[in-house]
Amino acid sequence: MSASTSSDTYQPKTSLGRVTNFVDTRVGGSSIVKEFGRKIFPDHWSFMFGEVALYTFVILLLSGTFLTLFFDPSMAETHYDGSYVPLKGVEMSVAYASTLDISFDIRGGLFMRQLHHWSALLFVASVSVHMLRVFFTGAFRRPRELNWLVGCVLLILALAAGFTGYSLPDDLLSGNGLRIIDGVIKAIPLIGTYLSMLIFGGEFPGTAIVGRLYVMHILVVPALILLMIVIHLFMVVTHKHTQYPGPGRTETNVVGFPVGPVYAAKAGGFFFIVFGVVAVIAANFQILPIWDYGPYDPSPVSAGTQPDWYIGFVDGALRLMPGVLWGFPFEYVIFGGFTLSLNVLLPALVPAGILFGLMFGWPWIERWVTKDDREHHILDRPRNAPFRTATGVAGVIWYCVMWAAASSDLIATHFLVSLNDVTYWLRALFFIGPIIGFIVTRRICLALQRKDREIVLHGRETGRIVRLPHGEFIEVHAPLNDYKLHRLVSFESPEVQPAEPDANGKISGTENLRGRLSRFFFEDRVAPVTPAELAAAHSHGSHEEIETAESKAEISSH
Amino acid sequence: MGDHSHGSPKSSGTVATAGQSEVEKFQDPGLPPHRPRLADKDPRAEKRAEKQVAILFVISIIGTLLFFVGYFAIRLDETIATLRLQNFLLGMGTAFAMLGIGVGIVHWAKTLMPDHEIAEERHAVRTEEDRVIAETMVTEIIEETGIKRRPLIRNTLLGAMILAPLPAIGILRDLSEDLNPDVLRHTMWDAGVRLTRDPSGTPIKASDVTIGSAFHVIPEGLNEAEHKLEEKAKAVVLLMRLNPEDLHVSPGREDWNYNGIVAYSKICTHVGCPVALYEQQTHHLLCPCHQSTFDLTQECKVIFGPATHALPQLPISVDDEGYLVATSDFHEPVGPSFWERG
Repeated sequence: MSASTSSDTYQPKTSLGRVTNFVDTRVGGSSIVKEFGRKIFPDHWSFMFGEVALYTFVILLLSGTFLTLFFDPSMAETHYDGSYVPLKGVEMSVAYASTLDISFDIRGGLFMRQLHHWSALLFVASVSVHMLRVFFTGAFRRPRELNWLVGCVLLILALAAGFTGYSLPDDLLSGNGLRIIDGVIKAIPLIGTYLSMLIFGGEFPGTAIVGRLYVMHILVVPALILLMIVIHLFMVVTHKHTQYPGPGRTETNVVGFPVGPVYAAKAGGFFFIVFGVVAVIAANFQILPIWDYGPYDPSPVSAGTQPDWYIGFVDGALRLMPGVLWGFPFEYVIFGGFTLSLNVLLPALVPAGILFGLMFGWPWIERWVTKDDREHHILDRPRNAPFRTATGVAGVIWYCVMWAAASSDLIATHFLVSLNDVTYWLRALFFIGPIIGFIVTRRICLALQRKDREIVLHGRETGRIVRLPHGEFIEVHAPLNDYKLHRLVSFESPEVQPAEPDANGKISGTENLRGRLSRFFFEDRVAPVTPAELAAAHSHGSHEEIETAESKAEISSH
Repeated sequence: MGDHSHGSPKSSGTVATAGQSEVEKFQDPGLPPHRPRLADKDPRAEKRAEKQVAILFVISIIGTLLFFVGYFAIRLDETIATLRLQNFLLGMGTAFAMLGIGVGIVHWAKTLMPDHEIAEERHAVRTEEDRVIAETMVTEIIEETGIKRRPLIRNTLLGAMILAPLPAIGILRDLSEDLNPDVLRHTMWDAGVRLTRDPSGTPIKASDVTIGSAFHVIPEGLNEAEHKLEEKAKAVVLLMRLNPEDLHVSPGREDWNYNGIVAYSKICTHVGCPVALYEQQTHHLLCPCHQSTFDLTQECKVIFGPATHALPQLPISVDDEGYLVATSDFHEPVGPSFWERG
């Protein structure tokens, strides 16, 4: 197996060995095996989301290749002549007709379509959850800031891949989705109208858009995603993986399983599990039944129209925006004859801009506030970084409010409430939801940290109630072992870094802001227990401990 | 396994402790001791795990066979039932084929492969030594190009490089032949164009339109138009008849309705989705995409949602034969706003 250095001296004994040796002496596989064969990867269930993203992308490439062989992205008019009876003879585009053919007349076509669509939804979901894991554990900190940026770009590319694919079948739902894109593009000042006409090849809908999106969907976007994945994984190898805190785990080591055989088997096997799970979903749950919607026609639209989940937050923001607020219209004519549609521009661009701006900038924002530029390889438990966790939850709530707004009509019909009231509530939550989320999350984090302190200082509650000779009832607390103790005390707790004067002895405005942010984030921190505190808790301070010891003696004597 | 620089299960052990020098911190107790699994201690459990892995691989083989049963044994006969059954068999066959291998390998790794955690040292991302060498090399390379000594070359190169990509934007101009925003101002409607049903194209008599009814309307001749969908995306109209007393008609629009029959653009003024829902009781029109709500009795003024201006009204009348006709085009652009809309 592992070939030696010189082919002149090394004589392989088996036929597999001879093949391996042949390759090795020509391309040098030994060095790769030496480098990666026993490379250590830390293991934790939360690390699987990135793997799910990678594997669903592979499924997308496989099923997408199948679909490409049968799909015809033409918007030429045709009359349907396939086996789906209700649409026989109906006028439609070739793209829509070939999607029907894939669904009804090509063996396995429906399965591949559903496999492709479900794994696309899962791909964006796993990328998102993976990013949340990285964010909440602080894995984006130095030296991994650039990899975080690559991840952000990957998320945007995933959205682009999803949306371009969604529009290809040229059905009623996707056509109306494109109509919304057209309306949003037209709202861009100065160039919007021209941009729309360039994209659609003239007036909406035209006959060019599906072919253009097709090129993006099968060539440009997947190539970019692949490039980003390669860079992403290259950096993971360079940095080595982060690890959760624990006994024996330091900033200078990696604790886990070697690639060969354990990690390779687990990760490789997991690919098949992901494939299998997506196949179960694709076999049993119908998705995007375009034959129910019909071909695109600018006149009809179905009630309860929904975009795919990942684009919902933009659509929801469009719904939340009032056109006229207290008599003030968000669309007006400026410079004598030019229309500025803020009612479309603001919700379509600003929330997504803020969301992605903060995402891209967060590693630098946090570094600036904490003045922490050290390398970090040990992850934070989310409770031990209350400010970051609270900020993240606030962002998630903000996103989810917009996301829920994309289903405001379904919320209204399912819960039998007024559609307008749902919108009013969501508008309010858009502003106050993140604030409440921030406050509540930070309180929960601090409370959990205090609970950890309690456990360290007084031991674990055993649930055993003991009555003392003088009649008092106490619960016996068992002390922690060294390994559990280490997990609860070995974290860093950032302190307030007050604003510092510069060389001239003045505090600049930005430095002042930084100092205030630092105070806002860290002033009510909970520090980890120190050995001195633990010793104090064990010896003099607590008569409870002594009593516990006594009661233990008592119990054991029975 | 020969010589390698990294750890193996045998070299696993406790790790040097962090923060020892700092008095304030707890000492790292090192890696917890390894706990043997059942298969490590009991040969019977080991044998059982081995069989379980093999069974899972056999399930995968059965799954692949199931796929081929679905593929060859079921002939698509243009009914949904066979399609559904085939889809189910193909999907579940694939699922078992994949899950059998996946679960099998993971089970193998978790029960039978070594589960000792190993510690490996990290290396600096960049060593100081490499930086010094690289910096010297880059300095030499720059020196050999002479770019610092020849600012003329540097500046003209910069200028050329900034301008050179511009043609790439230029060649995209031909994505659309006609770039005139004015086409958005006009639709197929004109004086005398009959209102016809969508999608059949049959004309509508005023007497057909009873109070409370609603018609989806396209201009006569649309189905034969060269760019049918583009024309339709602008020209579709909703036609309704109200009690004339319910209508609030503004000055100048007195003759735009016919006996309480009114026609409004169906394209939402927000981002252009069709306004497809009509509430007969309240005379509200609602766009199902973003919930802009328009009040038919007040000339389709916006009463809720993100749209800012009313749906454009199509002035209508009847011709000699009693069919509804438009008396002119819309008086303003329909659909979403655009910069040049004014």
